[in-house]
Amino acid sequence: MIELAGVEKHFAGQVVVHPLSLTIKEGEFLTLLGPSGCGKTTILRMLAGFEQPTSGRILLDGADLTKLPPNRRDLNLVFQHYALFPHMTVEDNIDFGLKMKKLPTKERRERIEEAVAMTQLTPLMKRYPHQLSGGQQQRVAIARAIANKPKVLLLDEPLGALDLQLRKNLQSELKHLQRSLGITFVYVTHDQDEAMMMSDRIVIMNNGQVEQIGSPREVYSKPTTLFAATFIGENNIFSEEGRLFAVRPEKLHGIRDLDAARRTGQIIDVQYLGSIHKVIVQLDEEPMTVSIVLDSSDNHIWQVGERIGVHWDTRDEVNIGS
Amino acid sequence: MKSKNHPLLGIHSLLMMIFIYIPIIIIIVYSFNSSRLAADWSGFTFDWYLSLFENSYVMEALTNTLIVAVVSTVVSTLLGTMSALAMRKTTKKIKAGMGGLLYLPIIIPDIIMGLSLLMLFSQFHIPLGRLTIIIAHITFSISYVHVVVSTRLTGMKDGLEEAAQDLGAGAWQTFRFVTMPQILPGIISGAIIAFTMSLDDFMVSFFVSGPNSTTLPIYIYGQVKRGISPEINALCTILIIVSVTLILLAQFILNKGKGQKKQSVLPF
Repeated sequence: MIELAGVEKHFAGQVVVHPLSLTIKEGEFLTLLGPSGCGKTTILRMLAGFEQPTSGRILLDGADLTKLPPNRRDLNLVFQHYALFPHMTVEDNIDFGLKMKKLPTKERRERIEEAVAMTQLTPLMKRYPHQLSGGQQQRVAIARAIANKPKVLLLDEPLGALDLQLRKNLQSELKHLQRSLGITFVYVTHDQDEAMMMSDRIVIMNNGQVEQIGSPREVYSKPTTLFAATFIGENNIFSEEGRLFAVRPEKLHGIRDLDAARRTGQIIDVQYLGSIHKVIVQLDEEPMTVSIVLDSSDNHIWQVGERIGVHWDTRDEVNIGS
Repeated sequence: MKSKNHPLLGIHSLLMMIFIYIPIIIIIVYSFNSSRLAADWSGFTFDWYLSLFENSYVMEALTNTLIVAVVSTVVSTLLGTMSALAMRKTTKKIKAGMGGLLYLPIIIPDIIMGLSLLMLFSQFHIPLGRLTIIIAHITFSISYVHVVVSTRLTGMKDGLEEAAQDLGAGAWQTFRFVTMPQILPGIISGAIIAFTMSLDDFMVSFFVSGPNSTTLPIYIYGQVKRGISPEINALCTILIIVSVTLILLAQFILNKGKGQKKQSVLPF
């Protein structure tokens, strides 16, 4: 439904987004994930129409909207800091887009009711933004966007300013909302847990380039680049005969038989995290540490300073280039 | 507030306040003095205020002052607001340079402003009068309006205008429904400051005024040369009260913005 064809962006002679071609499916929850400055927000702003691609085209349902101004695109953006109008009530904020579309009063009424019901804002309709908590403001921003019934909703780190607990609640709320609305979501975040928990597909980006595109399961279990392997979850990177491969901590085994192990080392830290039990090992041969999630069947109590053998199955190696 | 400051500090502040305000207080007090002589106090009266309104010279000067103030305020508010809006869209370098240039009339000594304007008007053979005073007042008032409105614009939350556009508003609608309500307190207080500046300007007006365009400050100056009368004290008292009230009002409006940080752009 949305197609980016060779979209590229330069700022002052510097490449911010390398040529990118991507098709976003209808009803999909797609996340652009990467560290700050990786170009993910620029892509979102090009979709919204606030930035013009240096080259390439953006199509929505087959129609070229590359040159259309933001107010004539059938997509809405939820801003990082919400950008609610301070001089308008919650109701008037939500009504703004509907007024601009010149919808009949009755339909505006209905859409506002629907949007506030979905975001649980009904009792707060007459309040001003500064009278609301961060989480409530966030909901208003979403209600204001979805009242327009856009084909695509763009979200720029919408939970970035909230504390962890609230974030977790809103993550599942947002995901639920997306399912029930059936609207395509394009979501930007630097939080890999958030991306994993919400998305149908994740686009991992670094330095303006796409590192990998795939479902959460694919990008976790089959990372294709070194960046993808280390950015999502914890990983151990090994190099053998010029070949780079990654083995997840839960795929490594800590064994007492040092001769049978692929690597040997010394424990420098033991971490007990409730559901998992981890040891950090300084390897003998290489100047690096690895992290091992211990098997729950292992009743040996490992101590800091103890010698340990590090072992894994060849099939758990994930090649990430050379 | 409990302070552990040296006791002398309090006395020092008190003396400072007396030093600053005694002259003004004396003017106000003597405007109610029934004696013509400033030196002795012979009872309380409102007579000087009443006789002001019967004085046709004062009334003419008041009319001139108000016409100049109203016209120069309207024009400078429009131009100052427009320049503040325009400057936001330019590059950083231009912004810094232009901002400095627009701030300059506030710093340039009034006497130089007055002299340079006088030279300009005579160069172009523009007869001195109300029009030249209005033009002169617009010149320095634009700077005040520009500074106040720019500060308000900078204080505007990020993304509001983009949000409006994203929700389907065109350029005019974005300005009308989002930008304008956000900067309105700045525009109003800028206008009040411009009005006050015009009301009590003497130096610049003195250079560019002509026959039949005497403003109140110029009238007061002319009278004082012939000795300070209680009538002048009364006139000054009225000017003080009007100016102070207007400036306080401007500050109040500027600070009223909901959920916004307090902001004062002028040194008062």
